[in-house]
Amino acid sequence: MKRKHRRFLALLGSMTLLGLAAALILGAFEDNLLFFYTPTQLAEKGPPGARFRLGGLVEEGSVAKDANGLTVRFRVTDLTNVVPVVYTGVLPDLFREGQGVVVEGEIDGAGLFAAAAVLAKHDENYMPKDVAEALKASGEWRGEEAE
Amino acid sequence: MSWWHRLASPTRFMSYSAWVLPIAGWLAAGCIGVGLALGLFASPADYQQGETVRIMYVHVPAAWMALFCYSAMAASSAGYLIWKQPLAELATRATAPVGACFTAIALVSGSLWGQPMWGTWWVWDARLTSALVLFFLYLGYMALAEAFDDPTRGGKAASILALVGFVNVPIVKFSVDWWNTLHQPASVVKLDGPAIDPAMLVPLLLMAAGFTFYAVAVVILRLRAMVLERKIQALQRQLAEAR
Repeated sequence: MKRKHRRFLALLGSMTLLGLAAALILGAFEDNLLFFYTPTQLAEKGPPGARFRLGGLVEEGSVAKDANGLTVRFRVTDLTNVVPVVYTGVLPDLFREGQGVVVEGEIDGAGLFAAAAVLAKHDENYMPKDVAEALKASGEWRGEEAE
Repeated sequence: MSWWHRLASPTRFMSYSAWVLPIAGWLAAGCIGVGLALGLFASPADYQQGETVRIMYVHVPAAWMALFCYSAMAASSAGYLIWKQPLAELATRATAPVGACFTAIALVSGSLWGQPMWGTWWVWDARLTSALVLFFLYLGYMALAEAFDDPTRGGKAASILALVGFVNVPIVKFSVDWWNTLHQPASVVKLDGPAIDPAMLVPLLLMAAGFTFYAVAVVILRLRAMVLERKIQALQRQLAEAR
């Protein structure tokens, strides 16, 4: 009985220490674990490197196509700060105004972000088409603006 | 004897598992059958994702099971290391390949969903990376458990690995809340209720129940085979000594 309890306490102790160590390591690497920077993080800390990822919502009404039909300009916002983005290439299915997006590329001196890749970010809401339309019609729609 | 000791006695296990096995098997077949029919045909398409949303009915339950199986392995490893129950060690071994398969299904189905929806098969964000680490932990456990000639030594080393790797389980689960990730946060288990329509939630939960019953049935089946195998080995040893 005694040894059993000792083993139990030893296990509990080592698991606690292990968890603590993991928490400290993850805390120390916090910035490297971020998949993307938000416009506010960019404004506060500056770009983390030459090439980095920026994430936020595609601002409503900001998407414009150039005359060549391939270059797209839009603004990424986190509702506090805004970064203009330019991208040439094929956009993913879920890319649309008001939806989450992650762009990868470089920012120039004028603050224009030249994206080499655009990834659409899906939110956690799942609903059928007719329900979404009914919500929009009744003014109960809280989806796309709030991520 | 406590109920726990009685549950862990191999003789008792062989008698009650013979009852549980067919029940879990039929429940799994029923839940997965109805869940797939509802998920793939009867449920509506999503307002954003369209028909691609149906991948969720396999991906999300598989990912839940990946975490559930690993948690069960950590619990049975603790049971083995503290109480020295040999059946607990066998249960960890029996669960490992099942959990590894669920993790592989979650990774592959997620990748298939990511290509059309995100625009990429794979990104190294915190959720995807920690899920891949979970897969490698399963493989590492299985390799270590089989790496010793003496199964007792392999079992002990692998049990410690399973417990150490449990640190990764909360990281997988909460990575989407702790860091910016491309992967979306949880839809079903959240404070203000599920962010998923009932017409989609019902097949999702049915599939989750089906996967759980399936895992229970397969683990019991594997565990019964392992108990019998150990029994045969013991008898062979006795026979060799008697000669």
